[in-house]
Amino acid sequence: MRWLSDDKLNHLRAVVNDPDFSATKYTIVSELARGGMGTVYLAEDRELDRRVAVKVLNTPDVSDDLKNRMVREAQIIARLEHPGIVPVHDAGTLPDGRVFYAMKLVVGSRLDEYAAGASLRDRLRKFQAVCDAVAFAHAHGVIHRDLKPQNIMIGSFGEVLVLDWGVAKIIQPQIGADKTQIESAFYQRQSAAENTLDGTVIGTRDYMSPEQARGEIDQLDARSDVYALGAVLAFLLRDQSKINKPEKAICLKALSEAKENRYSGAAELSADIGRFLDAEPVSAYRESIFERAGRWVSKNRFVVLLVLAYLLMRIFFIFTTRP
Amino acid sequence: MSKPLLGIVLGAILGAFDGLTAWFTPAVRDQLGGIVVGSTIKGIIAGVAIGFFAKKFHSLPIGILFGVLVGAFLAWLVALMQGGYYLQIILPGALVGLIVGFATQKYGRTPATAN
Repeated sequence: MRWLSDDKLNHLRAVVNDPDFSATKYTIVSELARGGMGTVYLAEDRELDRRVAVKVLNTPDVSDDLKNRMVREAQIIARLEHPGIVPVHDAGTLPDGRVFYAMKLVVGSRLDEYAAGASLRDRLRKFQAVCDAVAFAHAHGVIHRDLKPQNIMIGSFGEVLVLDWGVAKIIQPQIGADKTQIESAFYQRQSAAENTLDGTVIGTRDYMSPEQARGEIDQLDARSDVYALGAVLAFLLRDQSKINKPEKAICLKALSEAKENRYSGAAELSADIGRFLDAEPVSAYRESIFERAGRWVSKNRFVVLLVLAYLLMRIFFIFTTRP
Repeated sequence: MSKPLLGIVLGAILGAFDGLTAWFTPAVRDQLGGIVVGSTIKGIIAGVAIGFFAKKFHSLPIGILFGVLVGAFLAWLVALMQGGYYLQIILPGALVGLIVGFATQKYGRTPATAN
């Protein structure tokens, strides 16, 4: 009998729980991230010869609830075809019963890492892109429920991607009128599959809305995501020595305790951020006439300087040419 | 507002204002009406030229340069007729051209082109 070395034993211990992908077209390269429900691996798609990210349930012996949740997550993301949402390429079940899905591998940095070296303007542009992706999901009847800087990636081309839709919830789609029968059936099926019990707290404490923190699952809607987006915005503004009033007002409106006082959805929040970036009045803040004039001057600085130069020149000539 | 229209409006306003400043020169105060009308027409001509140029060429630096040249040229013609005050007329005229050139490039609306 031969004895195994400690190194070999440790290696065997480590790989014994690794998912078996031999029956699929994927080869696992390394582990990228591990969460409560699943683990994301860097994998090689042998058929298409490309790298992808594969999310797999952590253990084979899980309840149907977790499996269904994972399938639901894949189906939700697959339906949300948007440049700001990671596309799902494939889904399936491993021989040991674990559910998995393959998605685009995002190479880049997390929003919290990106924010450390970015200008305020760049951060706000990225934030607006996040809002647009979330607004798209809202319009298709999906709320994310776990928006935070760690779940937002900035890709190598500067693209913004909202990740981790594992706890997303199906709500009534806002697209209403153009909803097809197939879509209606999908939303009904998904809503029925959503079996989070009232009182269950899902999400990340620092970024969750008051109603989410109280576990009021039935009260959650797009405005709950707006609160999380407000918290993300506050995170992005945290190291600013001076936050101007419209910025602060946008942030506070999104972070209102009562959801009736928040933006009605991420699209409205995105529009206000856009207005702020374009030096236009924002809906969250009523500015005084002096502030309005100041904003106009700062927006049209060059024209103001030209007119001033013209006036000064005129005054100079008036006084120097007098007899 | 379209670029030519913006050029005309701005040229007329700035031209009229430019003419009104003659009020501060007592020697020509009695000719103020004629000066204002002439200056406004000069502004409109400059505005039309700069506006149509901006419609054709979408470049801020080139638009500004063209505005300065047109403004200075028209002001030079006026100074020629006056027989003096070259610097006092050409310099503000060039600056007005610069403002109109900048404004038409930056704020003038470009009509969408159909493919």
